[in-house]
Amino acid sequence: MLFAAGSLKSSGPLGAGLIQASRSLHTSSQSLAPLPPLPEKGGKVRHGIIPEELFQLLYPKTGVTGPYMLGTGLLFYILSKEIYVINHETFAGASIGAVIIYAVKKFGPSVAAFADKLNEDKVAKAQEVKTLAMASLTQAIEDENKEQWRAEGRSMLFDAKRNNVAMLLETNYRERVHMVTHEVKRRLDYQIALQGLHRRMEQEHLVNWVEKSVIGSITPQQEKASIAKCITDLNALAKTVQAKATV
Amino acid sequence: MADRPVAVVEKRLLDVKLGELGKWLGGRDFTPNGLISSVRSGHDRYYNKYINVKKGGIGGIAMLLVGYVTLSYLWEYDHIKHDRWRKYH
Repeated sequence: MLFAAGSLKSSGPLGAGLIQASRSLHTSSQSLAPLPPLPEKGGKVRHGIIPEELFQLLYPKTGVTGPYMLGTGLLFYILSKEIYVINHETFAGASIGAVIIYAVKKFGPSVAAFADKLNEDKVAKAQEVKTLAMASLTQAIEDENKEQWRAEGRSMLFDAKRNNVAMLLETNYRERVHMVTHEVKRRLDYQIALQGLHRRMEQEHLVNWVEKSVIGSITPQQEKASIAKCITDLNALAKTVQAKATV
Repeated sequence: MADRPVAVVEKRLLDVKLGELGKWLGGRDFTPNGLISSVRSGHDRYYNKYINVKKGGIGGIAMLLVGYVTLSYLWEYDHIKHDRWRKYH
């Protein structure tokens, strides 16, 4: 139980540094949105295997060389008491360690650069998607605004249409009024013509009748007498004219 | 850092004073759930400090490997004891 409890908080390379380590890095089970960005660099580790916190822990009491002294002392103690036994595995381990250290020192930076480039590509792709989405959304916003502006003009459209319809109605109404007057006038003209005709016919008929009766009343004797009178009148006239002409 | 008084059990181990150690140990959660949750929280702390960063170094996995090596040496010690060079140290 002691081991279980102690191992988590105190022992090993983790525990020594927890005083100085920034507590804000440590997780809570809540998930924040948007997620906070990853920290740039991890916890500092010296010589690849010893966390920096150990050095910071010992610095106030023993200065800069403290941890190294501690390391050397521990190493000699372990070797002399043969808590660490030198056997065939030591040689194997030393060779492997040397190769690993050489490989890390030689190829570390290039591998790191490669990994960074992979990361950057991922980020760039996501960023591209995001910018594309943003662009399309702003475009959609603009289109929406344009549609709204267009919708505002609808009232003018309706006014124009209303005007058109009113004009049609007016035209139709005037046409019909015109037709009505025309028809009425035609009928009245007919009546007038009819009356005129009546009057004319009556007049003509009367005249004819009068003429006929007058002519009928002229006896043949009267006719001879009037003709003779006419002849003497004409003679007299001719004489006077002749007299005037010679004068 | 004397802000509001915190219960002893909830303090981190390094903030616990020597006299309170017994009380601290007694109050910790040793149920299976508690053990699993403390393992998980320890893992998360290590992961988020050394591995889940933008530019992690070799330290993240190197420390894990060193821990593995030492642990396996520890477990084999009873067998390795027999390879000792001297009988008396």
